[in-house]
Amino acid sequence: MNFSSKHIEDVINEFAKLPGVGRKTAIRYLLHVLKQDDKETETFAAALINMKKELKHCSVCHNISDKEICNICSNHNRDKTVLCVVEDIRDVMAIESTQQYRGVYHVLGGIISPLDGIGPADLNIESLVKRISEGEIKEVIMAFSTTMEGDTTNFYLYKRLKEFNITVSTIARGISIGDELEYADEITLGRSITNRIPYENVLPIR
Amino acid sequence: MNLRMAVIRKFVFLFVICTMEQLTLHKLSLVSFKNYAQADVTFSPRFNCITGNNGEGKTNLLDAIHYLSFTKSYFNPIDSQNIFHDAPLFVIQGEFKIGEKEEEVFCAQKKSERKQFKLNKKEYTRFAEHIGLFPVVMASPSDIELILEGSEMRRKFTDSIISQYDRQYLEDIIAYTKVLLQRNAQLKQFSKKGIFDMESLRIWDVQLIELGNKIYNKRKEFSAELEPIFQKYYELISGGKEKVEIVYQSQLIKDDFEALLNESLEKDRVMEYSTVGIHKDDWEFRMENFPVKKFASQGQQKSYLLAIKLAQFEFIKQYRQIIPILMLDDIHDKLDEHRVKHLIELVSRKEFGQVFITDTSKEKIQKLFKGIDAEIKIFKVKDGMITE
Repeated sequence: MNFSSKHIEDVINEFAKLPGVGRKTAIRYLLHVLKQDDKETETFAAALINMKKELKHCSVCHNISDKEICNICSNHNRDKTVLCVVEDIRDVMAIESTQQYRGVYHVLGGIISPLDGIGPADLNIESLVKRISEGEIKEVIMAFSTTMEGDTTNFYLYKRLKEFNITVSTIARGISIGDELEYADEITLGRSITNRIPYENVLPIR
Repeated sequence: MNLRMAVIRKFVFLFVICTMEQLTLHKLSLVSFKNYAQADVTFSPRFNCITGNNGEGKTNLLDAIHYLSFTKSYFNPIDSQNIFHDAPLFVIQGEFKIGEKEEEVFCAQKKSERKQFKLNKKEYTRFAEHIGLFPVVMASPSDIELILEGSEMRRKFTDSIISQYDRQYLEDIIAYTKVLLQRNAQLKQFSKKGIFDMESLRIWDVQLIELGNKIYNKRKEFSAELEPIFQKYYELISGGKEKVEIVYQSQLIKDDFEALLNESLEKDRVMEYSTVGIHKDDWEFRMENFPVKKFASQGQQKSYLLAIKLAQFEFIKQYRQIIPILMLDDIHDKLDEHRVKHLIELVSRKEFGQVFITDTSKEKIQKLFKGIDAEIKIFKVKDGMITE
């Protein structure tokens, strides 16, 4: 496609680099920006630049943060003896929005998958081991996707953490809440039967 | 253990006799499929012989039946290429009977659109759900690949038979392949980065060993069960002339999988891929203790393949409790008159159900079926037209 301005072409190319955005959508975004006040565009661009410049990773849990230590790690009301290990910051957001978890996190920055070029050495595992060796943590919850790569990461961490006197648990896997049994796939249903839980643990019904 | 197995087998056998149902294709309609512009055929529940010259469309008719069973062609994996010249779509419709129950299967492929597949007017979301419901066994001259090509062909063939009666097996194969890919990627990474860390490899090994052992045991069990059935059929076709065996070969026979992995660690690191495991399995086809590939005549090879296909037929029959449809493409291909005669006598027994046979000559077929007491329909195919 031919554009009358080099600048417009640049903007379209940049937008099109975003995930899920093709050339047509990029042009829509461009037209929208063209219609905006200059002020608004400046705010938009500044927000992006500031974020990149100011954003830090928490030195304790590797979550994104504005300060050296993130809001969760520095919050005195959080239970520092329970630690939840997750793949990336999206999972922190997801678990936080459940409002069920009062412990702290550790963000690995990925899961083990040599096919994607990620081995254990590329993840924040050493800092995790160091945190645990300090002795305050009593339980580690591993919360990864239930894929083969997730399970492998579970297994690797379990082996690394075995030597410490802590509980290592993983999030429950089974039938999702509100699902009908007949529509559950065989593997999930099979696992749910094998790893059934005492009824007291699900009381009271919410 | 063996005695127990024998007793169980006997029970299974008795049970099968009581409930066995026959699969028959009663009617077939084609629109713009391969070289058929339009066709409607009613088949015999027993023998259907399709005759005609080369290139008239005998095999295409069998392929249409293959479509209804496997949702795809036996020959050409690209669906749109099976549409009649310049037509917008093809349609294959079949009226089946399983025992007394009537079932209607519909398959349509438009150019550049997703294939439609329906059972009793209800569309499938996953084609995999259909496979196995209407079992068909096809023997064709192109099966020779199974003997001549590499071990992958034989693994695929065995896997397809085992997965038909064991769903878990298929899941294990898929998982094994995935773990293997990850392990190989890890080995490549080591050499690229010039590092090595046993623990990163160990996490994949553990999974590989568990899945590999499961698959190995099932393949071993299957091979042991296949052997006598296969030998029985080979004897019946050949008239008991040669001694044949199929030998399952796996590195896991010699040693424990874990020990093998440890032993080959250095080699794996140099090669940058996994050199041991069930992905190296093979089945050696032997005749009089020599490989069939090199030392058997073409006719012997053909007999060998037919015996394998008939053994597959019997497997499906036992596990699914349905007598599948048998399709013998080009029955005179490479076989002498005696062996063809034996084969026809064999499939006219009551253990077999509906049989489709193609051949170039009507006279030969009539001669072949002389003295055989079964319902036979002979069709003639000429340039995409079928007449009885």
